[in-house]
Amino acid sequence: MLYQLEGSQAIAKAVALCRPKVICAYPITPQTHILEGVGELVRNRELSDCEFINVESEMAALSVAIGAQATGVRSYTATSSQGLLYMIEAVYNASGLELPIVMTLGNRAIGSPINIWNDHSDAMSVRDAGWIMLFAETNQEALDLHIQAFKIAEKVKCPVMVCVDGFILTHAYDRVDIPPQGEVDEFLPSYVPHVSLDVDNPIAIGAMVSPEYFMEVRYLAHRRQTDSLEIIQCVGEMFQQKFGRDSGGLVRRYCVDGAETIIVTLGSVAGTIKDAVDELNLDGQSFGVISIVSYRPFPAEIIMNSLKNARKVIVVEKALAPGVGGILSQEIELALKNTKVEIVSVIAGLGGRSITKLMLKECFLMKDHARTTFLGLKEDIIAREYTPMKCCGCEGST
Amino acid sequence: MFQIRVHGRGGQGVVTAAEMLSIAAFLEKKHAQAFPSFGSERMGAPVMAFCRISNKEIRLREPVLEPNALIIQDRTVIESSNAFQGVVENGFVLVNSSVEISNPVKNVNIKCIDATGIALEHVGRPIPNAVLLGSFAALTKIIKIDSVIEAIKTKFSGSIAEKNIKAAQIAYEETLKGI
Amino acid sequence: MSNFTLGNNEENAAVQSNCDRPNTLTSGHRACQGCGEALGARCAIDAAYNAAAGKIMVVNATGCLEVFSCSFPENSWKVPWVHSLFGNAPAVATGVAAALRSQRKEDIRVIAHGGDGSTADIGMGCLSGMFDRNDDVLYICYDNQAYMNTGVQRSGATPALARTATTLPNKNYMGNDPQTGKNVPQIAMAHGIPYVATASIGNIPDLEEKVSRAIEIRGAKYVHIHVPCPLGWGFPTSETIQIARLAIQCGLFPLFEAKNGKLTASTLIENLIPVENYLKTQRRFAHLFGKDVAPDAIGVLQNIANANIERYRLNGDVSYD
Repeated sequence: MLYQLEGSQAIAKAVALCRPKVICAYPITPQTHILEGVGELVRNRELSDCEFINVESEMAALSVAIGAQATGVRSYTATSSQGLLYMIEAVYNASGLELPIVMTLGNRAIGSPINIWNDHSDAMSVRDAGWIMLFAETNQEALDLHIQAFKIAEKVKCPVMVCVDGFILTHAYDRVDIPPQGEVDEFLPSYVPHVSLDVDNPIAIGAMVSPEYFMEVRYLAHRRQTDSLEIIQCVGEMFQQKFGRDSGGLVRRYCVDGAETIIVTLGSVAGTIKDAVDELNLDGQSFGVISIVSYRPFPAEIIMNSLKNARKVIVVEKALAPGVGGILSQEIELALKNTKVEIVSVIAGLGGRSITKLMLKECFLMKDHARTTFLGLKEDIIAREYTPMKCCGCEGST
Repeated sequence: MFQIRVHGRGGQGVVTAAEMLSIAAFLEKKHAQAFPSFGSERMGAPVMAFCRISNKEIRLREPVLEPNALIIQDRTVIESSNAFQGVVENGFVLVNSSVEISNPVKNVNIKCIDATGIALEHVGRPIPNAVLLGSFAALTKIIKIDSVIEAIKTKFSGSIAEKNIKAAQIAYEETLKGI
Repeated sequence: MSNFTLGNNEENAAVQSNCDRPNTLTSGHRACQGCGEALGARCAIDAAYNAAAGKIMVVNATGCLEVFSCSFPENSWKVPWVHSLFGNAPAVATGVAAALRSQRKEDIRVIAHGGDGSTADIGMGCLSGMFDRNDDVLYICYDNQAYMNTGVQRSGATPALARTATTLPNKNYMGNDPQTGKNVPQIAMAHGIPYVATASIGNIPDLEEKVSRAIEIRGAKYVHIHVPCPLGWGFPTSETIQIARLAIQCGLFPLFEAKNGKLTASTLIENLIPVENYLKTQRRFAHLFGKDVAPDAIGVLQNIANANIERYRLNGDVSYD
């Protein structure tokens, strides 16, 4: 059924449809409305047999989820930005313990300087933590990906983080189609844990693992992740069959076939990019767009096959590795290492800086791209604040 | 695509106004998107919210830069927020003001209405958002007053909803007369 | 460890004196010889196991206990057991309890346990949160008064003037600053939780009784168990229990119970000894008996013991509110 809802409320409804048994809540902007939303659904019994727990920190939020999932029930939490960093030890722990927790990440910048607005710095800080990470482009996708996330997590025995652009999606009212409970129940049956605490069959979870076995444990985690590419794709297809929407899978391709230049990106900015590309193509240009749904595991092969015939690839990303440049860009470069495709990196929208269609069009049409371009950088501020440094030893010699 | 920008101050229901607009458009089977200007603004600080209405899916996620209509809930923010910036030719400007304001841009349809006065009289609270949406329906004809009324019901309940609906209808009638 | 040496009769014999004890922490683990924590954990979890008819789940914080009891592919626990991190055991236990409640399996009792580092320091936030929510969890702290797993560094539970690897005394410094440290049982009491108790492996029947009592109570419970560490404190491995008893007898480790934030019972000291008798058994206090010692050093610790005796009415001067 169609609703006009705030993204956060749509996600809350999707989570409730998945019938988690334990939900842990700790507030941090811009994720807070999601947990308020599910909390209300628990209190008004729309989501029954569910424990909604107000905890004292993000560390506790994910830890409670770890305890609950280890006891054999579906559990859920959400966070953003600093909150994700505060719980990072538990983030690694959850994947190491193979607990299929689902967590929403309302993407937000990381300080200092403190900034509450959207970018992908938080997601990038845990890209190697062993979670499956799915990025939503729209609120419909955010909703749909949550339903798929529980299925994928439980199938792969790996936690899933659904990344949703803070404010841009979490606070936006959009039209969303919310599936009926019965259909979600058919798609996502009750959780049957592969392993859990059980008084009748006591086991230990979380043993210390010595050098004799640690490599193997990590290798198996890696294999599970790479194998999950197929499962993510398959769950996306199952979802489409059941609900009629293509809102999962590994990557989303738009006007890619035959395109000279292909834009690669993550998350909601893909929408604005598609509008920009449509206008450019109407003017006789040749642009396509790939938005990556599954950032972890990274679908390198599909990306390579989709990009290898392009002349140029422009990676638009909302994160920065200081001293390196783009983060997604590096991974795209690696995927295309055996091709002659020119790859440029556009760092955009850091700390919530607006990314407009006009800025993107101008950037895409530039003839000579720097390897790394900062979209909309205020050159006057840089000129005023930047002083080249000199090592004391070379002072005067240059 | 029809784009609306709402200006006002924290506590005046600016964000709710944009959300109600999107709900009204949704009820008319249109695509609509509403979002705030994403700040940590406190009560009284200037705030903005945006709404897009279209017959097609809306993919654009940039702020509304060239609004077809402006709703200004508090005329004291006009200067500090540069509220008229980007408004399109023949666009609509709806201002909550008991006095006429001088028109700083050419070729726009400007309408002043004492929404706070109407809200105080009929709702008993100086929250002008629902009143302005009634007036907006009459001025722009982009959405129907019935849809505005239904949208108000999703955000308010009981007697507050009824009072807001009445105030919106009064503003709607008054604006129709003035056109 | 026969309890008959304590003069107990068969009626209140310790679980540990029974051949049919559950052995929840079974033999073969990798604890040091004479480990007080291993003994404390086995006594506590065995008592909990008996009190809950075998239906318990245990969350373990990182630390000595976790490392020596469960190293893949071996495991000494005969109960469902989970280890997550150093600082989050109380929160993980909250999750276990919530999962059980959501499945209406509240007959299964949840225990979280860890050392004094994970309790008083790194896990204090999660512990306080668990107390605040009054979650149905028994938290047990095995207090050996320093970070033993990493090589004896100071914790918030390290006693005044003790030597640790990070409070090494020298001619300018007498050891752990007497103005520092925190009293976790009092912090627990300040949360007003239903049950707080201290216990010691120097009095095992009392320890078992308190753990059993805690298991029966719904809501958050806290039991703080004094467990001497031969390696960290510097004493022969045969003297663990004896040293635990001396700590009780001198008043430095008071045994008491509190309900809903109020002191309700304490174990009287029968033959009070000066703190010196306790301190001189351990190398961590050896500098207090050296040549360069400040004249009031032992007095500082005697004053702490005296304050405990008064605060917890350990001398028989009993009048609880």
